[in-house]
Amino acid sequence: MNPSLPFFVLASLSVFSALMVVLSRKPVHSVLYLIFCFFTIGGHYLLLNAQFLFAVHIIVYAGAIMVLFLFTLMFINMNKELEPHKTNLIKVAATVAAGCLLIVMVGVTKGAESLAANSTRTDVGTVANLGKALYGQYLLPFELISILLLAAMVGAVLLGKKSVE
Amino acid sequence: MNSILQYIPLNYYVALAAIIFAIGVMGVLFRRNAIIIFMCIELMLNAVNMLLTAFSTFHGDESGQVMVFFIMAVAAAEVAVGLAILVMIYNNIRTVDVDELNKLQG
Repeated sequence: MNPSLPFFVLASLSVFSALMVVLSRKPVHSVLYLIFCFFTIGGHYLLLNAQFLFAVHIIVYAGAIMVLFLFTLMFINMNKELEPHKTNLIKVAATVAAGCLLIVMVGVTKGAESLAANSTRTDVGTVANLGKALYGQYLLPFELISILLLAAMVGAVLLGKKSVE
Repeated sequence: MNSILQYIPLNYYVALAAIIFAIGVMGVLFRRNAIIIFMCIELMLNAVNMLLTAFSTFHGDESGQVMVFFIMAVAAAEVAVGLAILVMIYNNIRTVDVDELNKLQG
């Protein structure tokens, strides 16, 4: 079997599901395609030997963020298509603008020579190595993240509850 | 266990991340539903995360993956607050269409 085959299968699935997030008409279908896209990106993490990130990605995105999105969609009850679509001119303009951005971003890598991996380490993404980095070199940002999450939690509860007169 | 980067040049990952990022940008410009715009922002964040992981594995340096971890935490906070704001907007004016949210324009 061609060893690069998993990359191409996962990459085509990611691009397809990302396109369907934008193009599908019902918001619930968009969320389901987004979940699928997140799982394919998790597959890319596994291919890149980042086991810890794979686990965190599945827990945070498929576990928490998707539940939030689905809950909000069900709460607002937008399964029926009430979204008026933009005019065709704006759609064409958006596609052309995104295409130009893509051309620029791919174009800047065009002159670079094709690179193969210059590191033979395969244990970079293990829990042990990342834990040493997180609790050593990056201890202060790691603790600040907890304050950020606490502030976000308080803010979300404050916004979500009915205002008391 | 070998990494996929033995077989795949790094340019392919750059191109894939650029494609997913551009799809996200297209979605932000394209749709009027604020929830879908949030999803497209998540898509862009994920493209960047994947590219950071690819470069981290490529260089054999764990700093990139630590940054991905921080980006995930910030993304989770952003989604929680953003969706709470959307629910509040919906409770007040019964729509999440971004073209209707024009009260602030002068």
